[in-house]
Amino acid sequence: MPDKRTTVEEVVGELRDGMTIGIGGWGSRRKPMALVRALCRSSVKDLTIVSYGGPDVGLLCATGKVRKVVFAFVSLDSIPLEPHFRNARQAGTVDALELDEGMFLLGLQAAAWRVPFLPTRVGLGSDVVARQDEIRTVMSPYADPETGAAAELVAMPALRLDVALVHQNRADAAGNAQFLGPDLYFDDLMCQAAKQAFVTCERIVDTDDLLKEGSHHTLRISRLWTDGVVETPNGAHFTSCAPDYERDEAFQRGYAAGAKSPEAWAEWRSAWLDLDEDGYQQKVTSG
Amino acid sequence: MTTPTIDVRRADVCCVAIAECFRGDGEIVANPIGTIPRIGGLLARLSFEPDLVMTDGEAMFTNADGAVEAWNPYRTMFDVVWSGRRHVIMGGSQIDPYGNQNFAAIGDMKKPKAQLLGFRGAPGNTINNVTSYWIPNHGPRVFVEGVDVVTGVGFDRAEAAGAAATRYHGLRYVVTNLAVLDFEQPHHRMRLRSVHPGVTVDDVVQATGFELVVPAEVPTSRLPTDEELALLERLDPQGARFEEVPGG
Repeated sequence: MPDKRTTVEEVVGELRDGMTIGIGGWGSRRKPMALVRALCRSSVKDLTIVSYGGPDVGLLCATGKVRKVVFAFVSLDSIPLEPHFRNARQAGTVDALELDEGMFLLGLQAAAWRVPFLPTRVGLGSDVVARQDEIRTVMSPYADPETGAAAELVAMPALRLDVALVHQNRADAAGNAQFLGPDLYFDDLMCQAAKQAFVTCERIVDTDDLLKEGSHHTLRISRLWTDGVVETPNGAHFTSCAPDYERDEAFQRGYAAGAKSPEAWAEWRSAWLDLDEDGYQQKVTSG
Repeated sequence: MTTPTIDVRRADVCCVAIAECFRGDGEIVANPIGTIPRIGGLLARLSFEPDLVMTDGEAMFTNADGAVEAWNPYRTMFDVVWSGRRHVIMGGSQIDPYGNQNFAAIGDMKKPKAQLLGFRGAPGNTINNVTSYWIPNHGPRVFVEGVDVVTGVGFDRAEAAGAAATRYHGLRYVVTNLAVLDFEQPHHRMRLRSVHPGVTVDDVVQATGFELVVPAEVPTSRLPTDEELALLERLDPQGARFEEVPGG
């Protein structure tokens, strides 16, 4: 089996200006924050970020990495509106493609299955379709069995990703990854929709040990879909990574308060972004 | 039903009005979002709709005793929504006479004056399963002639989008801190269904930024029974429901 172990720096080294990057997790839950922090410190820019958005989107917007966000929401969960993302949207500094949460899943699925779109009822009648030229409709080639008429449906376009970044609880060196929490979210689809996928995890374990902490049902991302794996303990901090740890709510409140003014942001940034991942984790631990 | 013997507070009336939204729903997912909606949904299941399926707020279906019944991660929830086996109660920053709802943004969605939640699941919910709304702050800035962004689809927009849009579309009730409203009109224009105790029809008309359909006789929203008040105390001993409506 291949050995795909790598580092946060090497993963970020694979990223280029203008790429479309999918980020796993959901809201402020199991985000690959070690990679996001490293990306914030890098020189990469003009990114299109595809995410069930949380502080990943907020941080990348606040550090000027983002040209466009593809989103259905950007939320910190316990703080419903992501304040850094709001600042960027209200200042007009990032473009958007807004989607329904389910359309988002269909877009990733279409990319994974290598088809240009998937048909759905979702979006009909709403401004997702009416006010965004990127989302179009299609006439069903089949007559409805009940009405006899052909239906107009939304053609959700494939969300093709250059790179996917996801965080899992465990993985092996070959890039088989395991989630132990209540929800996989759409991390598997993110990997399948991407040309290259990188997994960070709390702990890299021997392949023989993958079934020690969870049943085979938790092994949802196989090495077929991954190109690199990085051990980043506490790497989802300050988002939740159940059952390894919950969200650091006090830290998140401080992060959100950093959106209140340019001065507050400069202070937060210098305290928590202008240091490497080891330094960050030591500082978090020492409180 | 018995008449309550103690003073009933507005939040309790709202919880009962939410519970009533689910009457007759049977074995579907009741997905009420918000403090009062959640309590109202649980109240319905504990009293007159025992077959309702509800989540633990995350990835599990749990029964009335808190036992896990099934795993329902987000991906499975979309299967539920798109099958129609669900009644959701959502919030809204704006809602119009035909039930178009907005919680995405105020102003131009391309460069919003205020960025709000985004579309979340509103387009898919409204086009696939039964939807009701909970508005804890009934006022003319929420009940508007036209919403800035259509996230949840109203009757007129569904009709304009064609047969695939109307097929499973169905808005049922709008419950607010003042009243219950519905769309049971030939053209599905919002109608005053009942006013909460202590609220007049004129109070609701004044708090609504468009012309409501007001029947000649407007009943008063029903009071909780003693049994329901006891259940509400059991479901919400800390009184979180009183924090969600002005004046409790």
